[in-house]
Amino acid sequence: MTQHVKMTLNGQPIEADIEPRLLLVHFIREVANLTGTHIGCDTTSCGACTVQINGVPSKSCTLFAVQMDGEEIRTVEGMEQNGALHPLQEGFYQEHGLQCGFCTPGMLMTAEAFLREHPAPTDDEIRQAIAGNLCRCTGYVNIVKAIQHAAKHIREEQAAPVATAEVTR
Amino acid sequence: MTTETTPIRGMGHSVKRKEDPRFLRGKGRYVDDIKLPGMLYMDIVRSPYAHANITRIDASKALALPGVLAVITGKDLDEAGLAWMPTLMGDKQMVLPVDRVVYQAQEVAAVIATERYIAADAITLIEVEYEPLPPVMDPFKALEADSPLVRPDREQKTNHIWHWEAGDAAQTDAIFQQAEVVVKQDLYIPRIHVSSIETCGCVASFDSVEGKLTVYMTTQAPHAIRTVFSLVTGIAEHKIRIVSPDIGGGFGGKVPVYPGYVIASVASLKTGHPVKWIEDRSENLQADSFARDYHISAELAATKDGAMQALRVKTLADHGAFDAAANPSKFPAGLFSVITGSYTLKAAHVEVDGVYTNKPSGGVAYRCSFRVTEAVHTIERMVDTLAQQLGLDPADVRMKNFIQPEAFPYTSPTGWEYDSGNYPAALRKAMEKIDYAGLRQEQAEKRARGELMGIGISTFTEIVGAGPSHTFDILGIKMFDSCEIRVHPTGSVIARIGVQSQGQGHETTFAQIVAEELGLPVENITVEHGDTDTAPYGLGTYASRSTPTAGAATAVAARKIREKARKIAAHLLEANVDDLEWQDYKFQVKGSPGRSVGMKEIAFAAYTNFPSDVEAGLEAVDYYDPPNLTFPFGAYICVVDIDRGTGQVKIRRFVAVDDCGNIINPMIVDGQIHGGLTMGMAPALMEAITYDENGNMQQGTFMEYLLPTAMETPVWETDKTITPSPHHPFGAKGVGESATVGAPPAIANAVVDALSHLGVTHIDIPITPWKVYAILEAHGVAEL
Ligand code: FES
Ligand code: FES
Repeated sequence: MTQHVKMTLNGQPIEADIEPRLLLVHFIREVANLTGTHIGCDTTSCGACTVQINGVPSKSCTLFAVQMDGEEIRTVEGMEQNGALHPLQEGFYQEHGLQCGFCTPGMLMTAEAFLREHPAPTDDEIRQAIAGNLCRCTGYVNIVKAIQHAAKHIREEQAAPVATAEVTR
Repeated sequence: MTTETTPIRGMGHSVKRKEDPRFLRGKGRYVDDIKLPGMLYMDIVRSPYAHANITRIDASKALALPGVLAVITGKDLDEAGLAWMPTLMGDKQMVLPVDRVVYQAQEVAAVIATERYIAADAITLIEVEYEPLPPVMDPFKALEADSPLVRPDREQKTNHIWHWEAGDAAQTDAIFQQAEVVVKQDLYIPRIHVSSIETCGCVASFDSVEGKLTVYMTTQAPHAIRTVFSLVTGIAEHKIRIVSPDIGGGFGGKVPVYPGYVIASVASLKTGHPVKWIEDRSENLQADSFARDYHISAELAATKDGAMQALRVKTLADHGAFDAAANPSKFPAGLFSVITGSYTLKAAHVEVDGVYTNKPSGGVAYRCSFRVTEAVHTIERMVDTLAQQLGLDPADVRMKNFIQPEAFPYTSPTGWEYDSGNYPAALRKAMEKIDYAGLRQEQAEKRARGELMGIGISTFTEIVGAGPSHTFDILGIKMFDSCEIRVHPTGSVIARIGVQSQGQGHETTFAQIVAEELGLPVENITVEHGDTDTAPYGLGTYASRSTPTAGAATAVAARKIREKARKIAAHLLEANVDDLEWQDYKFQVKGSPGRSVGMKEIAFAAYTNFPSDVEAGLEAVDYYDPPNLTFPFGAYICVVDIDRGTGQVKIRRFVAVDDCGNIINPMIVDGQIHGGLTMGMAPALMEAITYDENGNMQQGTFMEYLLPTAMETPVWETDKTITPSPHHPFGAKGVGESATVGAPPAIANAVVDALSHLGVTHIDIPITPWKVYAILEAHGVAEL
C-alpha cells in the first residue's frame, strides 16, 4: 500500500508514491538521492539527520515522509546558491568547524535557522542552539567560532548597502 | 629559470582542508551513501540473552515474505568453514553462532532482502528458541572455580585468558618493604564505547565474472582486512578489494572486523548481488567492541618528602566473550606498562590478567593508543594521592619527580626508551597560563566560604607511532607504514598512503609534507588513501600512528624523489651534482644563487629532457619502519566548581599545553586536541556502559549513553611546547589521542581536590552528579 506525496525539496517540486511508514530521512536519502543528510542514531538524539521544514530545523529520522505533504524541505544541498557557498559553509571551512564531516550537514541546518532568528548571538546562545546536534570530533570550540564567523559575515553583508551609501554621500 | 609565485605552504601552515568542500556541500561519500545497481539489504537477528543455547532457528516465515532472498545462519557459515574467524589477538570469534550465544545483541542470523524495510520486517519473523544459561558478568566471580564457562570451545576450561606482566617484581617488592610511605588505591576504569556519529557498515559486491569481491567498509585498516579476508575465505588476495571511503569518525571502533562485514560478503557471494549492511545505533552501542574495563589496584612507594620510588599494579581486564582487542599481537595488555609516566622511579611491576565474561569483546581503543589511557589515569591519580597524603602541592610533587630534559633518551623501569621530552617546561607554561598560584588563593578563600572549587593537574606521557617492526606486528604483519609519490610532468603530484583518514585531514596534512619536501605548492598535490587496489600496503590509522609512520614514509619517499631531481637539476644547470644545494625549495649552485632550478621545471625535464644515465619519470615509494615509538606529552590543568545543590561538576577552565614535536598544520592539531579533550571529558564525567546481573546492557541508545553536547563542553584553552622527536624524519610525534589520554585524570584530580578537605581521596570515573551528590550528603555539605 502506498500513498502519494508532493513536497518541495530545496526549491524543486518532488512527488512520489511511497509507503506511509517511510521515514523522511530515508525519503531524502534514497528516493530523492540526496545523501548529505545523515543518520547517526534513529532516536532524535544526535541531529545528524537535521533538515529544515518550512525553515524550522527538524530531525528527519523520526518523521514520516507522508507527513510532509505540501511542505517545504531544505537540506544541506540547498545551501550553496549560484555556485557561492553559504556564509555558514564558508565559516566552517575557515574556522575548521568540521573533521569527519558526518555531523556537519545537520549542524549547518540547525545553525542556519538559528542565525536567521539571532543575527548577533553570544557564544552561549550558539552552544544552546546546537545542543541537539552531537559532534564526536571537534569538541565544538571551532563550530562556535564558525557560526560566529558566519554571523559576522551575514551582518556585514546586510549592513553593506548602508555603508556604501554613506561612502558615496 | 622559474620563480615560484604560488606559495608552497608546507610544514607549519594552517592550510584549510582539502576534504572540506565536499563535506560542506553534503557531497561526502560515506559507506551508506553508496548505491550499486541491484543492491540488496541485510539486517541481523540479535540475541536477547547474554548467555544461552540456541535450540532451534526457523526461518520459513521470513523466507515466505515477498522480497526476502535469503537467510543466513551459523549452520550455513559452518558448512563453508566461516562460522568462526580469527581475532587480532590470536583468539577466535563467532561470525554467527551454531548453537550458543555469549553476549546480548550477538548476531544470530541475517536476512537478505530487496529493500531495507523488508529486511527489517523479516528479522522479526525468524523464530529462534533459546535455552538461557547463567551469564558471567562479574570478572572477579568469573575466576572462581564454580563459575560457568563463557568459552567451553577452548581447551583451557577456565575464564582466565592470559597473564601478562612487565617490570621487575623482586626489585619492586624490595623497595616497598623499605619504603617510608606507601599509598594504595583501587581504580575502576569503566567500559565505554567510542560512538562515532557514523555507525559501522559495508557494501559487499562480488563480481562472479571476474571472481572479485569488493567491499566498501567503515574500516580504519583496509589493507590488513584484505589479508585477513583472503586467509579466512581462501579468495586470492588480488581478487579482494577493500575500500574505505569517507569515514564518519573512527576512534578505534572501526579497527576490528565485525561479523556483519563477513556475513554481507558471504551474502553477496551467495546471491550474486551487492549487499548493503548498515548498523543502527542500538546495534552499534550494544554489540560493537568496547574500550577500557580495567579493574586496577595500584600502590606507590615514596619517601616522606614525596620522592616517588616504586610502583606496583595488579589489574583484572574484562575482555568480554572474545579476546578481540585491537593491540599489537605481542601486547595483550597493549602499552599499559608505560604506566610509570613522566616520573623517575627506581622500579615498577605491572600485572594484568585477562578474563572472559558474557559481554561483547572489549579492549578496543576509544581514541587511545593501546591501554595508555588506563595507565595515565592510574599514575596521575596516584601522584595526587601521594601529594594529598603527604600534604604537598600536586604541582610540586610532579616537579620533584619529573624525568629531567637532559635525561633523554630515558629508559623506563618497564623497558620503554622515551625519545624526548621536557616535562617541567610544559607544566610551568600551563601553570603560568592558568595562574596556578592565584587559583590556589581563590580556592582557599572559597573554601572558607563553603564553596567547592578544585584544581587538577595531569602531566602525562603518551606512547604512539607503532612499529618498530621488530617489536610490533598485527597477526604477524609488521607495523611499518607507507607512501608512494608520483610527480607528473607539469609539476603536480599524486601521493598515496597506507593509512586512512576518519576525519583527521590526511588529504591536507600529507599534501603539506610533500609540498615541504619537494617545494611544490600544496594545492597541486592530491593525496589518496583507503583503496587497497591503489594505495600501498599499510597498517592503518589508529593509536596516533599516521604521522609517526606514514608521515615519515611520505617525507622519505619525497626525499628519494629529491635525490633523483638533484641529478636532473645538475643536468639542467650544467653543474656538478655535488655543487648543488637544496635551498628555498630549489636546487641552486653553491655560491651562485642566481643559478637555480625548481621542482616544477625538474619534473618537466624528468619526462622531456633527462640525462642519459637517469631513468625517465619522477616517483618513489617508501615503506617506513620507525626506529622507535614517539612520546608526545602534555601538561593539563583543570578548574572545576561543584554545585552543592545538584552535585554537578562544571569545568570552569581547562588549559592544555601539548607537545607533539614539530607541527604540520597548527589548525588541525588544535582541532585534534579540542576533540580529544572532549573525548577525555566524556568518560571522566558522563559515559559508562553497565550491565545488570542478567547481562542486559543498560545504555542501548543515545538517550541513556550520554555523549557531551556543546552545553557540557567547556571552551578548551590550548597551548604548546615543541620538543621534536629526534628520530622522526621531520621531528613530529603524533597528536590524535594525547588529549583523550591526558584529560580524564586532570578532571578527576580537580574534583577530588575540591572535596579533599572533607577527607575524600578518590572517586571513580565517570564522576556523575548523583555520585558527587551522594558524597556531599555523606559529608553533610549537600544543599537541599
Ligand atoms: S539520526 Fe536523527 S537525530 Fe540522530
Ligand atoms: S566532524 Fe565528525 S562528528 Fe562532527
